[in-house]
Amino acid sequence: MKRLCSGLISTVLPPLALFAIVAAVWQWFVVTYHVKPYLLPSPLAVGAALIRDAPLLGSAVLYTGTAALLGFGASLIMGTLVAFAFSQSRILRSSGYPYFIFLQTVPIVAIAPLIVRWCGNGFHSVVLVATILSLFPILSNATQGLLQIDSNLLDLFRLNNASRWQMLTKLRFPSAVPAICAGARTASGLAVVGAIVGEFFVGYGSKRFGLGYLINSTNDQLQIDRLFAAVLTSTLFGIAIFSLVNLASATILHRWYDGPVEHRA
Amino acid sequence: MTTVEPLFSQTALPLIVAQRLTMTFDAERVVLSEVSCAMRAGEFTAILGPSGCGKSTLLRLIAGLMPHTSGELTVAGQAPATARRTSQSVAFVFQEPNLLPWRTVSDNIGLPLELRGLARQERDRQVERSLSLIGLTPEDACKRPRALSGGMRMRVSLARALVTQPDVLLLDEPFAALDDVLRQQLNEELVRIWMARHWTGLFVTHNVAEAVFLAQRVLVMSRRPGTILADVRVPFDYPREPALRAAPEFAKLCGELSATLREAAR
Repeated sequence: MKRLCSGLISTVLPPLALFAIVAAVWQWFVVTYHVKPYLLPSPLAVGAALIRDAPLLGSAVLYTGTAALLGFGASLIMGTLVAFAFSQSRILRSSGYPYFIFLQTVPIVAIAPLIVRWCGNGFHSVVLVATILSLFPILSNATQGLLQIDSNLLDLFRLNNASRWQMLTKLRFPSAVPAICAGARTASGLAVVGAIVGEFFVGYGSKRFGLGYLINSTNDQLQIDRLFAAVLTSTLFGIAIFSLVNLASATILHRWYDGPVEHRA
Repeated sequence: MTTVEPLFSQTALPLIVAQRLTMTFDAERVVLSEVSCAMRAGEFTAILGPSGCGKSTLLRLIAGLMPHTSGELTVAGQAPATARRTSQSVAFVFQEPNLLPWRTVSDNIGLPLELRGLARQERDRQVERSLSLIGLTPEDACKRPRALSGGMRMRVSLARALVTQPDVLLLDEPFAALDDVLRQQLNEELVRIWMARHWTGLFVTHNVAEAVFLAQRVLVMSRRPGTILADVRVPFDYPREPALRAAPEFAKLCGELSATLREAAR
């Protein structure tokens, strides 16, 4: 417990100190040079907007968070299942993989109109964008993890006349868990980005809205202090989700797996 | 070359038979060249040879893990892969313990039974028996492999091989990475277990004393492409006690085999 506390202090304190210094310089700069508030609001103004908008931001976080979480969950399940299929057949892998690379490389702006045309505006389309953006890291990591198996372990299973299904469930999948966790860490950040960005393009038309809508509309209305508050909230929210997934994967890996466990904070 | 007398029983038929067995990986790399030998059921044989001579390949062929290039190889009269699937239970102990890190010791040992579809209760019973046979305590059983020392991991690996009560036990330099004392202890236990279970054993090693201490018979292989240079009977009675290592006859036989091995490596 004591070690956890000191660890927390050593990881949290330095960035917080840097933040305080930057905010102080920023405040001084804005006040001294009379910067227009629609160009750069002072940190105090942002803080005030943050407090004033707290209920609004809270509900926006809930909306975006739900979309991101659903998108992340969908890509975790889908990515792993498709990777299962890829691990079983070379033909399936070599014919299917390029299309998933396409998903990774296509700019979301380019397919947003199609998504709106097919699925309409709203929450489900935002979830779809979050899924598309976060699918690839899980798919590619899981596929790699399922295929890179120690040849001696494969021999051990073959010696015991293991079926394909037994190999998959008792050897390949458990071996791939560290790789899937690594993919999930990357995907969690991308799902949050997807949920926010998705709302820019496909999220209108619903009465409820999330952080993406808030960022877009406050910018249009030149309420830059509120824009900053929304951006800050998005960032904190992204960090929170990432940390949560990081913690979950570290817990899984630490308990069950040998070798170095990657801790990216 | 010394001829081998029937050691175990006059009537025991050869279980593993290799005739002019040849293995090439690609056109140039001949790993085994015309290997002919036979092992009787219940016989404990050591295969001694310089590193890279194809000892492990021979073991993997017998296990039916890959097809050979030419010649004949049968286990209980069948192709090795067929024998493994039908009549013979074959277990393999690798050079590395090869334990699944996410499973506890007892779940690692129970894996072969699990893959054979045995019910949990029966599995637990046999795992328990295997644990005590190999000298592991019930407390060790619920640890994960990374909490164990190298020697303990090797014991678990051995217990996993023995849990199926194999007809054929193939050991590929299992104790090569362990220190000498530990290696000797495990050798003594292996002899004890073999006397209780009488599997057909093939033990690959490059350690002469280990081969002589364990086996009824030592095959010496030449360097690549591997052939069998000598087939030497080990005349010591079982059970073999640690004191045997100090006996002059033991040293003499080791010396002779070392000389043969040096020749083989040349």
